Amino acid sequence: MKSLKAQNHPLSNSQYEIELLESPDFGISFVQKLDESQLYPLKPLHIETLQINMGKMCNQVCQHCHVDAGPDRKEIMTREIMEDCLKVIEKNNIKSVDLTGGAPEMNPDFRWFVTEIRKIGKDINIIVRCNLTIILANPKFHDLPEFFKKNRIEVVSSLPYFSAARTDAQRGDGVFEKSIKALKMLNDVGYGIERSNLILNLVYNPSGAFLPGSQEGLQAEFKKKLGNNFGVSFNALFTITNIPISRFLDYLIRSGNYEGYMEKLIESYNPNAAANVMCRTSISVGWDGFLYDCDFNQMLDLKVETPQSQHISDWDNFTLKNRNIVVNQHCFGCTAGAGSSCGGATA
Amino acid sequence: MKTYYNPEDLKKFGKIGEFQKSMADKFFDYYGEVFKEGALTAREKALIALAVAHAIQCPYCIDAYTVDSMEKGCDEEQMMEAVHVAAAIRGGASLVHGTQMMNKVKELSM
Ligand code: SF4
Ligand code: SF4
Repeated sequence: MKSLKAQNHPLSNSQYEIELLESPDFGISFVQKLDESQLYPLKPLHIETLQINMGKMCNQVCQHCHVDAGPDRKEIMTREIMEDCLKVIEKNNIKSVDLTGGAPEMNPDFRWFVTEIRKIGKDINIIVRCNLTIILANPKFHDLPEFFKKNRIEVVSSLPYFSAARTDAQRGDGVFEKSIKALKMLNDVGYGIERSNLILNLVYNPSGAFLPGSQEGLQAEFKKKLGNNFGVSFNALFTITNIPISRFLDYLIRSGNYEGYMEKLIESYNPNAAANVMCRTSISVGWDGFLYDCDFNQMLDLKVETPQSQHISDWDNFTLKNRNIVVNQHCFGCTAGAGSSCGGATA
Repeated sequence: MKTYYNPEDLKKFGKIGEFQKSMADKFFDYYGEVFKEGALTAREKALIALAVAHAIQCPYCIDAYTVDSMEKGCDEEQMMEAVHVAAAIRGGASLVHGTQMMNKVKELSM
């Protein structure tokens, strides 16, 4: 399977995506909903997390990927941009650095970058969004669990289901089996094992046009099934709603589920979730150094609306802290039901 | 084409109270309470509801509890097993009445 970009698909054009998201009349816009909840314009509370997208290259081509990542994507963060990120992390007391992609480990400067972040502060929470299969993709990645351990990284990994059929339908043939192998390798070095202090969290996102159920209930089920059937353990399960952009939007349209899904998101709007959306406490950095309110806005090319501080090399904390967050219809994905963020439910 | 059942009507279920509010309020309160986590998990209750929906053959409930079961992390196999439970009970309920027929036959036969 090729990325939308390699297929020259109309949905790889972010302007087209935005027009599409705005065109059907669902009776209410996200801005109106925020306004009703007295949250418009949406403002940051503080900036404690920097989510860094190290590139769109990935060994997988998942059906739902909001990044449209894959082996055919060549966009990758340079060491120069990483150096700018390091300066920002150091100067602005960033508490959490969340490394994502694509597969961030495929960036040739990934290990250098992690080591440099760790040098800045031993208490910085470094998160790597590891897709698991990368650990097995090439012998040069087999020692990633040891590397993660050495740098006390929190590993967050997607596993949409505790059986092969639904996992592989979303993430590709054979992904479930490889993911279980990788999880065992992480368990073997102490990840996800009680009292080891090495955190391994899993991400559940529905493999289809439905919303995630209760995080607590799903976590209990995952723990039971992965433990009993495969001897795998982990710390917490984060439930994440699929945001209707990029390849997931393509799936929704192709399967005739787009309108129903949007209606469901809108009708499940939860003002408490809206008050806790992740863009209020984090900033997302693109592979080329541009700044966004979140990884989803990044994929829609909706940059932070502060032209004087729109690139990591022009970071101005005061300006960014006082900005208005750019929102649109896709944001309903963050506010449905118990809410959704890169750290799971929010309400 | 006009049909008796329209999927859009499921969305109007909450508006049942338009014609009789107090009973609807009581019903929905009770309904909400029934499906909360309890001695049974919300997930187990979703599967029971799915089986019952098939037993009473309510298309609204089948739709609603298929979605609910999927949201709660049930897979195809578990959902189909729930439907088989409904089918087994329905089939069994017919068959067990065979004993009544047998009794009658024996009563009337030499
Ligand atoms: S969802 Fe993650 S693992 Fe899958 S293609 Fe996208 S970046 Fe790669
Ligand atoms: S999509 Fe991004 S900008 Fe919109 S609410 Fe979610 S985190 Fe905030």
